[in-house]
Order: sequence, then C-alpha cells, then structure tokens
Amino acid sequence: MSYKDVWVLSEQEDGKIKLVSYELLTRGRFLADKRNVKLVAIILGKSIDKEGLQELIYRGANKVIVIEDTSLEYFLPEPYANTVASLIQKYNPEIIIASATTTGRTVMPAVAIKCITGLTADCTDLDIEEETGNLIQTRPAIGGNILATIMTPKYRPQMATVRPHSNKPLVPDNSRTGDIIYEKVDKSILKSRIKKLDFKINQEEDANIQDADVVISGGKGLKKEENFQMIRNIAALLDGAVGASREAVDLKWATYPHQVGLSGKTVSPKFYMAVGISGSVQHLAGIKTAENIVAINSDPEAQIFQVADYGIVADLFEVLPVLTKKLEALKQ
Amino acid sequence: MKIIVPIKQVPETSNVSMDPETGTMIRDGVESIINPLDLYAIEEAVNLKEEHGGEILVISMGPAKAEMAIREAISMGCDDGILLSNKEFAGSDTLATSYALSQAIKKFNPYDLIICGERATDGDTGQVGPGIAAWLDIPFTTYVSNIKEVNENSMIVQRMVETGYEILEIETPCLLTVIKEINYPRLPSMRGKLLAKKKEIKTWGPDDIGAKKDYLGLEGSPTRVVKISKPKVSRGGEILMPKNESELDKAVDGLIEYLQKKEII
Repeated sequence: MSYKDVWVLSEQEDGKIKLVSYELLTRGRFLADKRNVKLVAIILGKSIDKEGLQELIYRGANKVIVIEDTSLEYFLPEPYANTVASLIQKYNPEIIIASATTTGRTVMPAVAIKCITGLTADCTDLDIEEETGNLIQTRPAIGGNILATIMTPKYRPQMATVRPHSNKPLVPDNSRTGDIIYEKVDKSILKSRIKKLDFKINQEEDANIQDADVVISGGKGLKKEENFQMIRNIAALLDGAVGASREAVDLKWATYPHQVGLSGKTVSPKFYMAVGISGSVQHLAGIKTAENIVAINSDPEAQIFQVADYGIVADLFEVLPVLTKKLEALKQ
Repeated sequence: MKIIVPIKQVPETSNVSMDPETGTMIRDGVESIINPLDLYAIEEAVNLKEEHGGEILVISMGPAKAEMAIREAISMGCDDGILLSNKEFAGSDTLATSYALSQAIKKFNPYDLIICGERATDGDTGQVGPGIAAWLDIPFTTYVSNIKEVNENSMIVQRMVETGYEILEIETPCLLTVIKEINYPRLPSMRGKLLAKKKEIKTWGPDDIGAKKDYLGLEGSPTRVVKISKPKVSRGGEILMPKNESELDKAVDGLIEYLQKKEII
C-alpha cells in the first residue's frame, strides 16, 4: 500500500478553530515541504466556522477535510477516534500529527491502536530523515533528563502528538488556495458510550497555564498563603496565568490546575517566571521548553538558575514590590 | 465492584543522574518505585472498594523485581496481583504494552472498572491507559479528577481539561485515567504490609495471556528509540546578585528591559 501526505488533526471549540491548531500547521507545513507532499488538515465538529476553515488554508494547509455531525460537536473519545481512524484507513496518510492537548493525548493513543501503528507523545521537535522519509520524533523523557529521538520505520502512518506552544502559527497568507471538502462517515462509528452532562469553566481566569503566553509561578519561598497574592498581581499586570510549584499546591496556596511540573502540567509559554521556586528536577521538567525563563530566588545555588535566561539572586520580598511598582508605572 | 489497576515500576527520577558522556541514565543505586501517579489510581480503587465492596487486582508488566511494586499496591489495600514478566515482553513500546496488558485483563472478565495513573513519570506518554481501552473496546476517559457517582451500569466523573472540568457519564465497564487532584494516597498499613508479604504473586508469560507473539516486545513495537541525547542543561543566562537597594533596582530594570526586548510588555 502506498502512503502519502501529511495530516494534522485540528481542534475546535464551539465551532471556532483553536490557536494550537494553527501552530500545528506550521509543523505540518515543514514536514510536507520536506516530503514534497500535500498538507491536509482534518477537523471534526458540528458546525464549524467557515472563515476558520479558510484560515487553515491561509496558514499552511493544502486541503481541509471537514466531518460535521451533531455527535462530533465536542470531543468524546469514541466517535472522535473512530472517525479519525476511518479517514486514515480510507486515505492512508504517511504522517498524522495532533497537538498534545488533553484532546490530542486522549484520542491519538486510541487511533494508533485501531490503525496498529506507532505513536510518539508530546514531541518538541519533528523532522524528516531524507533517505527514508521516516519521521524523526524528538521528545523529553525521564523527567526531562533526556531527549529521546524516536522513529517508526516499518509502520505507517507515523503518528505523533506535539507539545502545544512549542512553535508559532504561520502568518496567514490570503493568496494561498486549497480545497475544503466535507466528508461523511458511517453513522455506526459515531456512537458514544460517554455522554457529556455539563461543563464547568474554571472560574479562576488565571488557571489556564497551558494556553497562556505568560506564566508567573510561585513556590515555597513565598512562605505563606497571603503572599501568593503577589504572584497573582504580577501575573495580572502581565496578562499572564498563575503557576505554582508542587509544594505550593500541597500547601493549598493554589489549586491543582495551577501546578507546573512532572505531577502537574507541562507548560511552554513565551515567558515563564519562577519566584521562590528552587527548581526541582520535576519542576524543571515542566518548563524546559518555555521560550524565556526568569528566576527570582535568594539561593544562588538554586537549580532554577541553571535554566534561567535572566535571574535575580535576592530576597523575593524585596524584588517583587519593586517589580510590581515598575510594571504598574508602565501600565499607566 | 471488580476493579483492575495497571501499574508500572519506574526509577526514582527525582534524584536521577545522567552520564554526561553517553547521555544515558546512571541506574546504579537508583531506587525503583511505583510510578508516583499510579498511587492515585490505587487509592481511588481502594476508596471505591471501601464504599461499594468488591476486589482489586493489580497488574504490572516489567522485570521480576516489579513484583515489589505489586506488593506495595497490595499493602495499600489491593487484593491480588499479576506480573507479566518474560523476555518476549522486553522492549515493548506503548502499543505492545497496552496489547499485553489488555490480553491479561481479558482473563479477568467480567470486571467493572480499570483505573490507571495519568502517565508514568519515566516514559511520560500517557498512552498505555487509552491504549488498553482501545484494545478491549471499552469506553474510556482521561484526566479524571473526581468520581462523583457510581451507578448500576454507569459512572459520573469529572474530567480536567485546559479551561475547566467536563462532567461525563460513562457506561461501565470502562477505563479511567486519574490525576493527582482526585485523592490523597494513603501509606501502607502494618496489616497491609504483612498481607502483601505473604501474598503469592503469579508471573505470567505470553502463553498465559493467549498473546500473539508478533504483537509483543520489540517485534510488536512500531517505535524505535534511535538516539538518546542530553538536553541543553544551562541556558547560560544572565544571573544578577544585587548587593544593595540600588543594585536591586537596576536588576529589576534589567528584567523590565528583558521583557521589553522579548516583546512581552
């Protein structure tokens, strides 16, 4: 059988294409160009915004395959995995990548089993081995202590999830053209043994540390719960989200959705600031792909300075008030 | 309720050291522990058993010493354990691992629930749980932060996603992967430790689970690790050590300049 084209699995919410999906197109475009094949975006939903579909083309796709059905309105593992697997079996792409979001990391393992192929999780780098066309998949493992490079030489399609925010979307190019095709799948595969009863938006607006461009995190160095407010204030001044070390969460200064690190979330913001966080291996594992890291800690030996692009070794209780004041002055 | 908890033994990565020459992990003296994220799965299973009655089977695949992890789970309140250990399983990636575990789980049909940790802290893939569910063709969901209701043929669970929590009703038997927020894992009791010590842990190979050999181990694993490298450890950043108030003021100005240069403000 011949396998051709690079696919990206796009995501939508309420019919709007998510930003991570535009980022993923950048990766897909790079791979498709190297392979000299088409880049196809796959999108599942109920009624997807037409402009968003066109934007998938403007931002890199040659073709968009849309599957609309009421059972695909929002993510449910079974109909999503079945639909993606059936499209793969119909068209035989050589590569399919998805964002390593809660959706991507849930649906792709099931798709890989249905297609009996390999899947590499949470890649931070993807490339093509020119002689073979193999996808070179690089990802951190063992708590970020190593980088493993993985290939899927004998199975197709090659599948990977890609760490969100580990690259930027392409600037939309309105001169790009491509087909938007609406496909139907067999109703029988859209059945779900799971029903979504409700959705509770996290009331803490600063909790979405995975999608934020700026994450300001606090740790044990803040000494007590009241002091954690200083972190929230700085995050608000920078329009950022609030992160926390495991210790800070265990002490209940912040809730679990804020936790950064191996037993919390991995973040890749444009800017990460660690305040009063020593930088355990587990914490560092969660931030290593952040674009810029700043650390404030009184201990010059703190591990966090190893990964910092800019660091201030000083008492955070002296630094934060000065920083807050200067940021406030800039805001005005 | 009959609950199955697949677990993994992992190296204690918090004080792992890497060979700077080869970029591989120095395993000497590294302790093996239950994957810390599996403790939440074990605890949740024990909580459900305490509330609804039933039994818990722990299952793991790994070298002979992974038996220790199973005994530890039993000391926390699980009832029985099976270890899949055989050279034919060696080198399994997530496809082959989830296949082998699903084959073993089929032996315990009918069951009500499979609970997994969110991911293992060594491989960090989170793919084996959903993989098992796909092989068994049972409904599954991930990132479960609360089991709200257990009904006759379904459960109501809360799932954490990027922007909040989904409330889902899922038919049983099903598989859930759970996150840290769900509970506080208990320490093993003295009685549990004694029970665990005496327990006979069966070791199974491919024939015991009726597995197709070409789906196992390295042969059944589509992915190959072709290179291990050491990530860039130091970013070689500018680290300032202000000695007085005016130096501190300058250090903060430097930070603001940095933010401006990087277009963050």
